[in-house]
Amino acid sequence: MWKRRLQQFPAKAKVGAALLGIFILVAIIGPTIAPFDPTATTPGQAIPLGPNATHLLGTTATGQDVLSQLLVGTRSTVVLGLLTGLIATLLAVVIGMSAGFLGGFPDEGLSLLANVFLVLPALPLLVVVLGYLPHSGELPTAIVLSALGWPWGARVIRAQTLSLRNRDYVAAARESGERTWRIILFEILPNEIGLIAASFVGTVLYAILTSVALAFLGVADLSKWSYGTMLYWAQNGNAVQLGAWWWYAPPGICVALFGMSMVLLNFGLDELGNPRLRAAGSVKVGRRTWRPSDPTPVLRDHPQETA
Amino acid sequence: MWFITRRLAFYAVAAWVAITVNFAIPRVMPGNAVDTLIAKYPTLDANSLKALEAEFGTHTHGSLISQYFTYLGNLAHGNLGLSVNLYPAKVTTVIAQTLPWTLILVGTATTISFVLGTLLGILSAWRRGGWLDRAMPAFTFLQATPYFFLALVAIQLFAVSWGLFPFGQGYSLGLSPGWDWPFISSAIYHSILPALTIVITSMAAWMLQMRNVMITTIAEDYVLVAQAKGLSPRRVMFTYAARNAILPNIAGFALSLGFVVAGALVMEIVFSYPGIGLTLYNAVTSDDFPLLQGIFLVISLAVLLACLLADIVYFFADPRTRTRTSY
Repeated sequence: MWKRRLQQFPAKAKVGAALLGIFILVAIIGPTIAPFDPTATTPGQAIPLGPNATHLLGTTATGQDVLSQLLVGTRSTVVLGLLTGLIATLLAVVIGMSAGFLGGFPDEGLSLLANVFLVLPALPLLVVVLGYLPHSGELPTAIVLSALGWPWGARVIRAQTLSLRNRDYVAAARESGERTWRIILFEILPNEIGLIAASFVGTVLYAILTSVALAFLGVADLSKWSYGTMLYWAQNGNAVQLGAWWWYAPPGICVALFGMSMVLLNFGLDELGNPRLRAAGSVKVGRRTWRPSDPTPVLRDHPQETA
Repeated sequence: MWFITRRLAFYAVAAWVAITVNFAIPRVMPGNAVDTLIAKYPTLDANSLKALEAEFGTHTHGSLISQYFTYLGNLAHGNLGLSVNLYPAKVTTVIAQTLPWTLILVGTATTISFVLGTLLGILSAWRRGGWLDRAMPAFTFLQATPYFFLALVAIQLFAVSWGLFPFGQGYSLGLSPGWDWPFISSAIYHSILPALTIVITSMAAWMLQMRNVMITTIAEDYVLVAQAKGLSPRRVMFTYAARNAILPNIAGFALSLGFVVAGALVMEIVFSYPGIGLTLYNAVTSDDFPLLQGIFLVISLAVLLACLLADIVYFFADPRTRTRTSY
């Protein structure tokens, strides 16, 4: 049964999950398999060296091994992304479900709060807050990122809870005397798993992009390696002007791939929930592709068939 | 008008939150900003120290509430304090010099990206399974790419390797800002590459959302009826399907603006573009807290204003907002 389930999984989601798996693996074993100490410099070196046999991805201007930095830095970025996703999704579920389930005044208040946080630009606010907290580790950064990252999920979860709350089976559960927490945990929550997963994935994407941007701005612990700090040092060392693409491209591509794994997972979850978005099952009629969800082909769209 | 009134009230609350957060941050954060500044800038005179202490609520005896009202009063007079790094320049002067650069560049790029992305989304949904639709994964890669990374690649290719565009600065050295053709043309020339990177990275999101809503809309009965009536495909596509599918995109415009601003801020640092993002960066690196907070406030209020504009457009685009009495 599991095998069939897996086959039904959209291809995009499978690719996304595989990519994510690779990143998590590197985050775990990266520091152990790194060939060099990422901070170790080569005395006397002043220009970045391109990829070669010893340094597969080349070196920085001071002779630090880029591949080692990448392998070691993956952990910090992945941990920060997933940690923020976890905290923010938890906040989103608790706040969104309370707002949707309780309704009335608490709902008005919580929705207002979520909407206000949605329109405030996160990055400048984060820069200001983290500017006062220099050299903060992953946890404080994750908490600050979560504090600004929960409203997206909360809004969606609230809307869904609102609609589920009035369904018959919830009313039946209430009539049969089930407690409120039981209704929330066993009747409503399971029906929102897809939504919660999608909001987790979206938050992780936000966390990665924002944390990398923050580190790039220098608002992070610059003594630690992460994709963001790698890019910061590359920018500081004029990597672009020197044409040292091997210095800034690897961390950038890794961020993009990690982000893409999230976007693909999100796509897959979307398709699981909304069959219309699936690409499978299309039929070619004449020059055009028709899918089950399309309206019945209209003749005037196919002049070659009327002839 | 109920819709507009409600939104106005909402943005008033949001603005108040932004202003209050700005007041609260230096007071709840651990450490003493003023001490950091004294250590970093030993040349500060007594007067500016006093101003800083008042601004950050240290060594002052007034209650928090009286500090808050002093802060609001200063704000009402457009007084954001003095920059520490560029002392004795006023924070408002520094921001006024740099904000237009950002507004023009980011405003133009965002508009182009929105229009282009929405159009491409319409087309890719209309031709399901066409080449544009199949190119979607490539666009998702762009969506997941950090703005500034794409900017770095663009600089490497277009400015360093091929030398097609200038690198860095808002205009050529030796020109002075003014309304004359050499300056304006140079400014446009310098802005093409940064604008291009914003358009390319932010376009994907509009395109994806438009495509997904459009696919659902195309399956609606009234679209089928329009086709059955024998209307031209173009007319069905734009005035029947796209017109109804575009509403979430307009509504999403306001919400995504924060991300656009964030990306643009970082982009400016990569390009050394003389806008507010570069100023923010300089403020961070020099611990210029008054400037930092002033920039946060100005950006927040600008984003809120843009959101309000998007809401007003939505009001005219969606007739339901005009007939319903409440939401």
